[in-house]
Amino acid sequence: MNLKNNFRRIEGFILLKNGRVYDPYMNCNKELDILIENDRIVEVEKQISIKKNYNVIECKGYIITNGFVDLHVHFREPGFEFKETILTGARSAFSGGYTRVCTMPNTNPVIDSPELINCIVQESMKTPIYIHPIGAITKGQKGLELSEIGKMVSQGAVAISDDGLPVQNSQIMRYALEYSQKFDIPVINHAEDLSLVNSGLMHEGDVSLRLGLTGNPDIAESSMVFRDLSIAEYVGGKIHIPHVSSKKSVEVIKEFKSRGINVTAEVSPHHLSFSDDILLDYDTNAKVAPPIRSKIDQRSLIDAVKDGVIDCIATDHAPHSLEDKEKDFENASCGMIGLESAFGLVNMTLSKAKLDLESIIDLFTINPSRIFNIKQNTIKAGNKAEINVLNPDLHWVFKNSDIYSKSSNSPIVGRKLKGQVIVTINKGYITS
Amino acid sequence: MDTKHLIGLEKISISDINEIIDTGFIFRDILERPIKRVPVLTGKNIVNLFFENSTRTKISFELAEKRLSADVTNFSASSSSVKKGESLKDTIQNIHSMKMDCVVMRHPVPGSCYQLTNYVDSVVVNAGDGTHEHPTQALLDMMSIKEKFGKIKNLNVGIVGDILHSRVALSNIFGLVKAGAKVKVCGPPHLIQKNIEDLGVSVTYDVDNLIEWADVVNVLRIQKERMGVGIIPSIREYRDFFGITADRLAKHKKEIVIMHPGPINRGVEIDSSVADGDQAIILDQVLNGVAIRMSVLYLLLGNNELEK
Repeated sequence: MNLKNNFRRIEGFILLKNGRVYDPYMNCNKELDILIENDRIVEVEKQISIKKNYNVIECKGYIITNGFVDLHVHFREPGFEFKETILTGARSAFSGGYTRVCTMPNTNPVIDSPELINCIVQESMKTPIYIHPIGAITKGQKGLELSEIGKMVSQGAVAISDDGLPVQNSQIMRYALEYSQKFDIPVINHAEDLSLVNSGLMHEGDVSLRLGLTGNPDIAESSMVFRDLSIAEYVGGKIHIPHVSSKKSVEVIKEFKSRGINVTAEVSPHHLSFSDDILLDYDTNAKVAPPIRSKIDQRSLIDAVKDGVIDCIATDHAPHSLEDKEKDFENASCGMIGLESAFGLVNMTLSKAKLDLESIIDLFTINPSRIFNIKQNTIKAGNKAEINVLNPDLHWVFKNSDIYSKSSNSPIVGRKLKGQVIVTINKGYITS
Repeated sequence: MDTKHLIGLEKISISDINEIIDTGFIFRDILERPIKRVPVLTGKNIVNLFFENSTRTKISFELAEKRLSADVTNFSASSSSVKKGESLKDTIQNIHSMKMDCVVMRHPVPGSCYQLTNYVDSVVVNAGDGTHEHPTQALLDMMSIKEKFGKIKNLNVGIVGDILHSRVALSNIFGLVKAGAKVKVCGPPHLIQKNIEDLGVSVTYDVDNLIEWADVVNVLRIQKERMGVGIIPSIREYRDFFGITADRLAKHKKEIVIMHPGPINRGVEIDSSVADGDQAIILDQVLNGVAIRMSVLYLLLGNNELEK
């Protein structure tokens, strides 16, 4: 774990030399040099000759692409600063190649008013990334009364969600999907029927049977996805399904997409890359909600990404202190951090599944930004530099020292990953 | 023995299981002697760490430890302190600092004993971890079956009750299947794991069918807290459909052996007359419980040869 900042201001010129530039927004995929001065791109050309005052970064064999966008993170400020702050979260994001993240509102107080949205936006100015807050659907995430959705959007909210507390009342969900259409933002509902979850601690299946842990069945998710999509089909609105975990949910989403419903979906790196046997030794760091499911579910999620049923990757970066995790399995908190390891893990999983690199990158950039209508700075002379340099083929082991989050709850520590973020540039900052 | 700890019967080998049971019979003989104490664990420190109420298991372990001449410390914490989120790690590290050779732990949450092995160097013995395993109970059940029948292999063993929430059932299934018994579970359908056949057992919802088939039936205690919360509709309904009643046993020609891990809810899962009758070996189980716990602790901790 690193306690120091991992970014510095760019002073003068940086030349990214001999890399391949892939910018799906610009339909660009070729070898180009990029010259950056302070916070702006000044030149994008086939060959830019080196000058004495240029800080040259050799990018031979690397991909230069847009900054990553994460639709689902938890930065814990205000209220739980011992787990993460906006600054430490931003540090973690920046080191993972993210230039934009959307923060969930489950803080204390809950982000359910325009004033609180504004606080997050103000606080994000001090960081090297752009933060797009998500406001709560209902006041205090209580599931009872709609929040001031319109006023939150005016202050910069890009979507609404009650996060980990699913909207159990179907009529409130209907109101949210109807009312949000006026502001053209997506509604995100953590899709779990809590009665069917039944305090389940992991996926209900052959592993839970052997471990004696109460199971959380896949239908707890898929039945809620079905409810939400049925409402969306009836009243309209944009609906986004977070962290899809099961084959059954994939099937429901696929069906409704084919019927033309405005639905999008994300998957987390961990649901995509692991199955429930990761819990065989009761590793509380792999305890997440919804739970990591069976190998069949995992395979189905990979296929769904390849087929476009799932649109993008979102980390659900959920920092927890050591005290929250070094508990028995029932009382340990749910969630894992994910920003630093996301690209390496997803690239490893999906390249093994024969997905091409460009499509993998799209899952981190153009696909998520379109869902929340976020306008990134594209790679073009005159634009602000919002750039990632990737080494897609590097095999490396993820270590505690790679973590810039305030927390280190990750079952990925010690595992092999493929593909690393080499340099990230954004808002006049560069990773160091 | 290959295993360093006793966390559950899923993870240990059949040869370890056999060794524990065979050594159990030696201790059983010792328990019949006028002087029941043997000096094999002299100077060893054992702590009984109970995060959940228990009378019988705790007494049984304590007796076993004392008869092996170990130094015994008891630590009881209420489940409420676990709920309060008091760190398991803290409690345990405190105890570890006191240089214990062995921790016998009962905890309401599955996996706690396994997690404990990550935090301490001591030998860990699981005295029941939530709905996961209760290995010494299953070992004593297996020992009692072997005592009665002279073997375990190819016997038909029924388990009836709330299978879903029972660590006794799960440990028995792991152990009995390894030992070559045929296991059939019976209970209300919603109190049996959906995919339990994956463990190599069969399922019936008809208790008469179970009795007809079985050589021995292990009757599980019905937890009163499951009653009246809409899971088990009523005691009389449970008794009608799943109770081991004298009338029901009388219908079957073959006389089967009845076991119960205790404590018994007389008149609920089993009739008093059955529990006290000739078919039941419930009190033998209690004595074998002390012997099997002596065996487990001796095999994990002892370095002296046992005088046969």
